[in-house]
Amino acid sequence: MDKPLNQKAWLFVLPVLLIVAFSALIPLMTVVNYSVQDTFGNNQFFWNGIGWYIDLLDPTTDLGGRFLDALWRNLLFSAIILAIEVPLGIAVALSMPRDGWRVAATLVVLALPMLIPWNVVGTIWQIFAREDIGLLGYVVNRLGIPYNYTADTLSAWITIVVMDVWHWTSLVALLCYAGLRSIPDAFYQAARIDGASRWAVFMNIQLPKMNRVLLIAVLLRFMDSFMIYTEPFVVTGGGPGNSTTFVSIDLVKLALGQFDLGKAAAMSIVYNLIILAICWVFYTVMTRLDARRG
Amino acid sequence: MARIELADLAHHYRPNPATDADYALKPMHHVWDQGGAYALLGPSGCGKTTLLNIISGLLIPSRGRVLFDGKDVTHLPTESRNIAQVFQFPVVYDTMTVYDNLAFPLRNRGLRGPAVDARVREIAALLDLTPDLTRRGGGLTADAKQKISLGRGLVRPDVAAILFDEPLTVIDPHLKWELRSKLKALHRALDLTMIYVTHDQTEALTFADTVVVMHDGRVVQMGRPDELFEKPAHTFVGHFIGSPGMNVLPAEIDGATARVGGVGIPLARGYTAPAAGIRTEIGVRPEFARLAPAGTGVPVRVRRIEDLGRRRIARVELAGHPMAVTVPDGLSVSGEASVLMEPAMVHVYADGRLVEAA
Amino acid sequence: MPRSRTIVLTLYILFLLLPIYWLVNMSFKTNTEIVTGMTLWPAEPTLENYARIFTDASWYSGYINSMQYVALNTVLSIALALPAAYAFSRFRFVGDKHLFFWLLSNRMAPPAVFALPFFNLYSAIGLFDTPLAVALAHCLFNVPLAVWILEGFMSGVPREIDETAYLDGYSFPRFFVRIFMPLIASGIGVTAFFCFMFSWVELLLARTLTSVDAKPIAATMTRTVSASGMDWGLLAAAGVLTIVPGALVIWFVRNYIAKGFALGRV
Repeated sequence: MDKPLNQKAWLFVLPVLLIVAFSALIPLMTVVNYSVQDTFGNNQFFWNGIGWYIDLLDPTTDLGGRFLDALWRNLLFSAIILAIEVPLGIAVALSMPRDGWRVAATLVVLALPMLIPWNVVGTIWQIFAREDIGLLGYVVNRLGIPYNYTADTLSAWITIVVMDVWHWTSLVALLCYAGLRSIPDAFYQAARIDGASRWAVFMNIQLPKMNRVLLIAVLLRFMDSFMIYTEPFVVTGGGPGNSTTFVSIDLVKLALGQFDLGKAAAMSIVYNLIILAICWVFYTVMTRLDARRG
Repeated sequence: MARIELADLAHHYRPNPATDADYALKPMHHVWDQGGAYALLGPSGCGKTTLLNIISGLLIPSRGRVLFDGKDVTHLPTESRNIAQVFQFPVVYDTMTVYDNLAFPLRNRGLRGPAVDARVREIAALLDLTPDLTRRGGGLTADAKQKISLGRGLVRPDVAAILFDEPLTVIDPHLKWELRSKLKALHRALDLTMIYVTHDQTEALTFADTVVVMHDGRVVQMGRPDELFEKPAHTFVGHFIGSPGMNVLPAEIDGATARVGGVGIPLARGYTAPAAGIRTEIGVRPEFARLAPAGTGVPVRVRRIEDLGRRRIARVELAGHPMAVTVPDGLSVSGEASVLMEPAMVHVYADGRLVEAA
Repeated sequence: MPRSRTIVLTLYILFLLLPIYWLVNMSFKTNTEIVTGMTLWPAEPTLENYARIFTDASWYSGYINSMQYVALNTVLSIALALPAAYAFSRFRFVGDKHLFFWLLSNRMAPPAVFALPFFNLYSAIGLFDTPLAVALAHCLFNVPLAVWILEGFMSGVPREIDETAYLDGYSFPRFFVRIFMPLIASGIGVTAFFCFMFSWVELLLARTLTSVDAKPIAATMTRTVSASGMDWGLLAAAGVLTIVPGALVIWFVRNYIAKGFALGRV
C-alpha cells in the first residue's frame, strides 16, 4: 500500500502546476489586486483597502445585501436540486436494464443532455417552457395552472429547477449505475437465499456499494449548481426582478455590465473561498472513506 | 431434512433448443439421499453450477421437476426452499457487523430476540467466529468472510441442504485444508445434505461420500470415490480423475482379447462383438499396468521415466499409442520393454461408455 | 424486468427526450407556423432554416472554431495530466496531498470569477480571439479533472508492472508509452471524453475570450435574435446542430460510458 517517497515526482507534476498556476494564480492575483481598489472609470484606480470585503459581509449595505441574497438563493437552489436529483438518479440507476441492446441505447439517451452546450440547454427550455410556442408552457396553462416564467417568480424557479434536473440527473444516475454494475450476481443470489426484502437488498448491498460514487455525484452537483450561470441566464436573465440572480450571474453583471471591478473582485474572492471551504470538507470526507476501505 | 429428487430434469438457456448441444443440462433423473455429502465434479462449463442453481431455486429448469422429500418445489422461490448456498466469492454485507451478518437470514424470516441471539452465538462458536462478532464484515480476510457466508447458511435451523459453489477458490492453499476439514466435521455433526461443486478432484474425493462427475451437461457417473477410480463409467471420468489419468487406447474387441494395433491384450471376460460404427476402446489406469523387462508381457517402447516422488511413472508407446504405466521399485529398463496389466482392471468402452458385464 | 422499473425508466427517458423533440420539431417549421399555433409536428416541414445556416459562412466557421479549441484543449489536458497523474498514483512527495487538493479545487472554481481576469490576461499576451486562448482557459478545469480521472485508472494498475518493466531494461519513457499507456487506454479514452464534454459545453469563458475570428458555434447562435424579433425556426435549427457533435461522441463511447462516469473509482 505504501507508496515510495520520491521527490523527483515533482518534475512530473511541474507542467500541470505551471499551466494551472498560469490559468489560476495570475488571474487570482489580478482579482485580489482589483478587490482592494475602487475605480471611477478611465482606468483610474484608488486604494480602498478591505472596504469592499466589509461591505460584502454586511447585509445592510447595498453590495452586501445583494451578495448575501444571491448567496442564499444559490444555496436554496443547490439544496432543491440535490434533494430531487439524488433520489431520482438512484431510482433511474436501479431501473436500468441489466443487459442487451437496451443498455447502450439507454446510456446514450441519458448522456445526451450533458453533451449539449449550456446556452443551448437554456435555449431549449426557454422555448419549451414558453406559454405561446412551448409545449410545456402551453399545456400547463391549458390545464388552468397559471405559469409564466418571465413574470412570475415561482414559475421561474420551477423552470430552472426542472431544467437542471433534466440536464444533470443523468450524471447521478450514470455514476450510481456504474457503482451498481460492480456488484457481483452472487450478492443478489445470496440475499435471495437469506430471504432479504427488496428494501434490505437496497440498504445492505446496493447503497453501500454506491456511497462512494454518490459522494462524487453530490460533490459535482453541489459545486456545479453553486456556480451555475449560463443556463438560468439564458432562460430568465436573473429575473423576474432579481429572483433568479445567482452569485455567478450577479458577479458577471457587476463586472462586465457595470464595470464595478473592485466590488466584483471582492465578491469573487469571497465566493471562491466559500467554494474552497466546501470542497475541502468533501475532500476530507472522501479521503477518510478511502482510508477506511484500506 | 431432505431427499432431493431431480425428475426428468433438463435446462437450456436459449429458447427452443434444436439439438442436444443447445442444452446446458441434458435430460437426467437422479435421487440424492438425505444426509449425504455429494461433490459435483467437472470442468468449467459442464453444467454443474446450472444444476446447483436449479436445486437452490435461483434458476427454474426448462423441463422436469425438483422434489424435496417428494414435495414438488420446482417453482418455489429460493427463500422458501430451506436451502442455503455458499458462493465462489465470499458474500458479506460489508456495513454490518459479523453478528448482524449471521443474524440477517433469521431476522428476514421474522425471528427476533433471544432465539436469534442464541442461534447466532452457537453458529459463531462452531465456526470459531466468536472473537470477531462485533467487527464489521468489510475488513475481514477472505477465509473469515467465507466462514461468515457459510455461517449465514447454517444459522437457519430449518436448513435441509447446503450447496457450495467452488467455495474455496479464493482461499489461501494452507487454509483450504482447514476449512475443508471444518466442513466435513460440520457435515457429521449436523446431519445435513451437502452438495459441493468443484473442478478440483482432490477436493471432491476428500470431501464427498458420493462424487457426481459431470461432463458436457450430463452426469456421467455417480459413485463412491473408489468406484470412480477402479471402474470409471465413462472414458471422461477415467481421464478426469486420477493423475495421470486412465490410459484409453483404441482397440478391437475379439472375445476375451482386445487388439491394439495388432497387439493382443487379455481381458477378464469375453465380450460380444460390438455393432459396426461403434468406437471401441480399452481403458486401464497406470496404477494397474506395470512395466516389466522386454518379452514378459505386452511389448512397448519406453519414452521416458518420470519420478513423481512417491512413485515412478513410465511414458511408453504401445503400438504407437502413448500410455503411462507404473514402474515397479528397483526396475530399470529403457528402450524395448513390456507391460503387465491386471485383466480385471482393463475395461472396455463403447463410444466412451463402459461396457458392463451382461 | 419488473414493471415499476420499466415505468420509472420510460417516464424519465420521455422527460429527457420531449424538450429535444420540441426543438427538432420547431427547426422544421416556418416562423409563421411557430407563432400562429400549437402543432405537435410540422404541418409543412421545411428545410429552409437549415439551408440558411449551411449557406452562411459565419455559421460553419463557428463549428470549426469550436472544434479547434475543444481538440486543442483535450490534447493539452491529457498530455499535461498523464505524467502528473502517474506521479500522484505512484509516489509520495512533499506536499502531494495539498497539491492534489489545490488542483481539484480549481475544477470547482467558478468560471464567472475568471472571466474578466482572463480577458485582461489573454489580451495582454496577444492571444485574445484565438482558439489557443479558449483552449488554455479551459485547462483551468479540464487539467485537474484529467489528473483526477487518470490517477484513478492508474492506481488500478499494479505497481509490480512498473518494476518488472524496469528489471527487463525498459527506460522510463519507453515503458510509459509502450506498456503503461496501453494498459490505461480506456482511462485515457474516458478522460478525453470528459475533456471534450466540458470544453464543448462551456460558453462563458469561450465567449469572453473571443470576438470574431475564434467565435464558438454556441455563441454564434445568439445572433439569431434579429431586429425583426426572434427568428425561432433558425434558433431551433442552430440548437439542433449543436446537439449533433455531442450525440455523435456519445454514440462512439457508448460502451464505456458507465465505467467512465465512475471515473475509474468504483
